[in-house]
Amino acid sequence: MTALPVTLRARRLPGFAPWAIAAGAVAVAYAAVYIGGLMGGGGFLALVAAVLLYLVGLGVIATRVEGSRAARNRIATSLIYSVVALALWPLVSVVWTLVQKGTSRLDADFFGHSNAGITAFDANGGAYHAIIGTLEQVGIATLITVPLGILAAVYIVEYGRGRLATAIRFFVDVMTGIPSIVAGLFVLAFWVYVVYPLYSPDGKPGYSGFAASLALSVLMLPTITRSCEEMLRLVPTALREGSYALGIAKWKTIVRIVLPTALPGIVTGVMLAVARAAGETAPVLLVAGGFDSINTDPFIGNQSSLSIYIYQQAGLGSQFGPPRAWTAALTLVALVLSLTIVAKLLARRSKLK
Amino acid sequence: MNPPTLPGSTQSAEPPDETVRPSGSAGGVPPRIVNHRANGRDTNVILGRRRRFGAEPVFRWLTTGSGLAVLLIIVAIGFFLVAKAIPALRANDANFFTYADWFPDDTENPRFGIRAVALGTVLTSFIALLVAVPIALGIALCLSHYAPKRVASTFGFVIDLLAAVPSIVFGLWGRDYFIDPVKSLSAWLHTYFGWIPLFGSDGPYGKSILLGSLVLAIMILPIVTSLSREVFRQTPTMNEEAALALGATKWEMIRTAVLPYGRPGILASVMLGLGRALGETIALAMTLGANYLVTFDIVGNSGNSIAANIANRFGEAGDLGRGALIASGLVLFAITLVVNVSARIIIYRRREFREAAV
Repeated sequence: MTALPVTLRARRLPGFAPWAIAAGAVAVAYAAVYIGGLMGGGGFLALVAAVLLYLVGLGVIATRVEGSRAARNRIATSLIYSVVALALWPLVSVVWTLVQKGTSRLDADFFGHSNAGITAFDANGGAYHAIIGTLEQVGIATLITVPLGILAAVYIVEYGRGRLATAIRFFVDVMTGIPSIVAGLFVLAFWVYVVYPLYSPDGKPGYSGFAASLALSVLMLPTITRSCEEMLRLVPTALREGSYALGIAKWKTIVRIVLPTALPGIVTGVMLAVARAAGETAPVLLVAGGFDSINTDPFIGNQSSLSIYIYQQAGLGSQFGPPRAWTAALTLVALVLSLTIVAKLLARRSKLK
Repeated sequence: MNPPTLPGSTQSAEPPDETVRPSGSAGGVPPRIVNHRANGRDTNVILGRRRRFGAEPVFRWLTTGSGLAVLLIIVAIGFFLVAKAIPALRANDANFFTYADWFPDDTENPRFGIRAVALGTVLTSFIALLVAVPIALGIALCLSHYAPKRVASTFGFVIDLLAAVPSIVFGLWGRDYFIDPVKSLSAWLHTYFGWIPLFGSDGPYGKSILLGSLVLAIMILPIVTSLSREVFRQTPTMNEEAALALGATKWEMIRTAVLPYGRPGILASVMLGLGRALGETIALAMTLGANYLVTFDIVGNSGNSIAANIANRFGEAGDLGRGALIASGLVLFAITLVVNVSARIIIYRRREFREAAV
């Protein structure tokens, strides 16, 4: 008697089967939808139909051969990968559109001149004033926020005990979720209406670049505190205790040992916060006012910024406005993304992990 | 006694050598400074000299003050918004909560209400979540359990970059490019599913709730993805291996081990995404129809949100108009505060998720 062939492994679909099903699904879907015009036709609909057909086909065939559990597993895997492909599309599309539309005004004029005297129906015009505004506003906001954020993080990690520390920690987290427009309204009600008249030459409420810095500070503070806090927690306790053992005071241990150790991580957090702030539009729009000429004084008078400039130029119904907006958008994205990428690379090289 | 890791310390890594170096710069500190405990308090005593001006208390108060500044700012936001909103609400001739239109600067009888804009805020955020959450969870699972490690880290990086793109750029992209595909989609939806009230409008199509919601979905995708990815990654390997050892397929392992473990984290990430969606301003200001129709028709030329309304109407607003906008901003602040506080409470209950929350 010959031994019966015994297989311990369940039957499996051959490796080429999914590809064959995919090819079949694409062929059927394109024939029916794209060429046949089912439900209006169109390339995108055909693609969606192909994916659906593939999932159904794979499910049916795999259930036949491998059983329903394995089939469900295959469907889940395919779904997850197709979802990832779907999510890549907007990113690629945004970058592509930016480069395509943004390069039309990428010239020396754009970076060397302000938009003074340029109406919607004039060519040329530039964003020099807006770039200055963005740099000043974000710079001042960083100067305000970095010390405050780091000190708050030091409090939470090193000094804070009990309810107060927990409350502060909790509200730092909650504050990260405050909508940017609310921060703008707050600074509008506080600085533009209440404080600005106290020092402005004519004693009336008014916009200023500094108000924008304040609004950005409200948005940056929780991000910086949060990331700095995390970095401080990563500093080994042994380092602190070694320092105490040498008789060094707590504050000096923090300033000389703990903060320098955590520095790369803190810098990363600050850069990410700066990148986020540089792209904010809504709060700046409410409190800086926007301006077509160069205003280097952040404390008095309207100031523009790249994001306000984009918003204003995009709103112009002419052939010259939107290209200016797109080029400014490309500039802004280049600025923000390079900051982000440098920050992330710095974080990867950091020794605290 | 100098073990590399102290008992009770959460650190497992030995401190890198270079990091000790900064203490070298503190080497100039004379050994006369002694940190000892007196009366249960840390005090610095300098031997042989009079007690120096206390740097320790000053530093301590400085840090405490900075911490308190956070609480102060949140209170101040509420205070100033209320102070500015009250005069406008007093002057309002209509019911602020049930009136839909927006005429705050009417000299005869100023009237404004948040019915339309509040509905728009909730509707756009809800649709955005409906679209974004399944996709985000799929991506998160792919990054944590499916893709090879190198691919996953590169792709995670790309997703983080997506989070860094300013919202005005998404707004511009939605208004100038994405609007065309969405127009065709709207027409298609109306042709084949027009019997559903959501797709009732027969055009002409343009800026719509659908467009705004889809742009919003793209914008909240990275937030939901990155938090839930961290949560999925923290699933104990034991649980996963136990499931696999019992013969579960990969998907069954994910359903029985990964998803239940991460449920609170998923909920929290969705809430955070919701908080972001509710407050998103400029992208919606550029992609919603910006009128005050109370409608559930998502393909038609309509739609508004509290934040977008503030951005759109601010420029033309007079004194009362600004007060009215601030009043609507106060409502938005309250809503997002509730959403964020509940998300954080969920996160705080599970300690292991705390570190992952952005």
